Amino acid sequence: MTGLYTLFLKEVLRFWKVSLQTILSPLVTTLLYLLIFSHVLESHVQVYPGVSYTAFLIPGLVMMAMLQNAFANSSSSLIQSKMSGNIVFILLPPLAYWEFYVAYVAASVVRGVVVGAGVGLAGLWFAQLPVAHPLWTLAFAVAGCAMLGAAGIVSALWAEDYDQMAAVQNFVVVPLTFLSGVFYSIHSLPPFWQAVSRYNPFFYLIDGFRYGFFGVSDVPPGEGLLIVVVCFLALSLATLRLLKSGYKLRK
Amino acid sequence: MTPAIQVHNVHKRFSDVHALRGVDLAVEQGEFFALLGPNGAGKTTLISLLAGLSRATSGRLAVMGHDVVGDYREARRVLGVVPQELVYDAFFTVREMLRFQSGYFGLRRNDPWIDELLENLALTDKADTYVRNLSGGMKRRVLVAQALVHRPAVVVLDEPTAGVDVELRQSLWGFIQRLNREGHTIVLTTHYLEEAETLCSRIAMLKQGEIVALDTTANLLAGHATSQVALRLDPPRLPDALQAQLVGQEGEVFRLALRNCGELEPVLAVLRENGVAVTDLEVVKPDLEDVFLELVK
Repeated sequence: MTGLYTLFLKEVLRFWKVSLQTILSPLVTTLLYLLIFSHVLESHVQVYPGVSYTAFLIPGLVMMAMLQNAFANSSSSLIQSKMSGNIVFILLPPLAYWEFYVAYVAASVVRGVVVGAGVGLAGLWFAQLPVAHPLWTLAFAVAGCAMLGAAGIVSALWAEDYDQMAAVQNFVVVPLTFLSGVFYSIHSLPPFWQAVSRYNPFFYLIDGFRYGFFGVSDVPPGEGLLIVVVCFLALSLATLRLLKSGYKLRK
Repeated sequence: MTPAIQVHNVHKRFSDVHALRGVDLAVEQGEFFALLGPNGAGKTTLISLLAGLSRATSGRLAVMGHDVVGDYREARRVLGVVPQELVYDAFFTVREMLRFQSGYFGLRRNDPWIDELLENLALTDKADTYVRNLSGGMKRRVLVAQALVHRPAVVVLDEPTAGVDVELRQSLWGFIQRLNREGHTIVLTTHYLEEAETLCSRIAMLKQGEIVALDTTANLLAGHATSQVALRLDPPRLPDALQAQLVGQEGEVFRLALRNCGELEPVLAVLRENGVAVTDLEVVKPDLEDVFLELVK
């Protein structure tokens, strides 16, 4: 297990060494969303009874930051290694494909949780936040980060340059996070868009994560977690198969 | 004894290129072996297959008896590869890179050996420098250190001295020779043919994906190239009896082919009989470059 642990440690140190860019920068961006949206909408919108809009917004923003940063961690590390050629340092040693997967996904979870915790803690300055069910919060946080960590690996394996990688980030990950109920409850949407939202796995992540704080959700949290876990397992299976076959890594 | 490297009927096709065409090769344990050939001959492809960076279309490769596909973990554990491309991870220092590489091979506390590697590769004072800030030659030496960090039984060096200055090249080869004396098998590709000639006991030459020569260095030199003698003649006229041996002329200097040095005396005798004086003479021994050029032309 030394190989797996070393690769995990290397992946964590990689983002830690450039923490201005990988932790502080997304934290500031997310807090700006919070500052602006809460200022503009606080007195106009109340999604859950007795919960201020700012308090409602914080868990959504925390989860959005976690998902985007978990994805960015595995995808940017892998695409950089592929483009610069230093991926050989990982391909030459006797590391198994599943060790590769576990190390990258685990490092993505660490980065996602660190950024999420930062946003959450800073958010307390804006609003009081109850934590009704901390284990649900943790389960959705870890499942979400792991899912996006695996998605980051698949995307970086597929992408052949930075442009293609950025396309996945900007045209898939960002829209799915923005359209998942970060800023609203899907019950405020027309029926058609409510139905569409239910095909977005990010919706269940944000809804379930929010349940951990307020004890209120659009979908029962058990159902949400089941859907998230099934998505995560399917994505993991695909990632492991690609890694085992050496897809775009071993010619 | 199990060969250090065994390559059996290996073919590698890329979409429209047949890069390796049935290569058979065995490198014995403890050998210092050279893999030579012009650009595009398939040297790096063969190394990539051994290292598991690439997969053979057909055929079988093994390192110390471990199949590179079926028993890939063991095959990689006993192999150290210095890649040809100057690659590095911009995020880390030299020591961090070497510690990570040790960890990937399952070694937790490897600092004494890392320190020895750094010293032998003249990198001790750069241990805490980011690899991105090193010169090309230093980056190359870091790659060598990374390949040796797990003390592999078989070390493959793909153009290890490109961009390394003469003095450091000598010390690098001194270190690699020491590893060879200690029992490590060394396989190298190089563009500096004099390095292969000096260091390697056996040589394989690849051309367009096929092995065109596989023999000891001495046999290759003896069998594929001739000595030459350069004679400055007065008057500058070559007798008819020697015309068949003429390989070139520059002014008064005539270059004649000799199978061996014993043929020199009859040449001088013919010149004396024809009243031609020799005012200067130089015997040129064949080198690996002559063999190389003859085999790959």
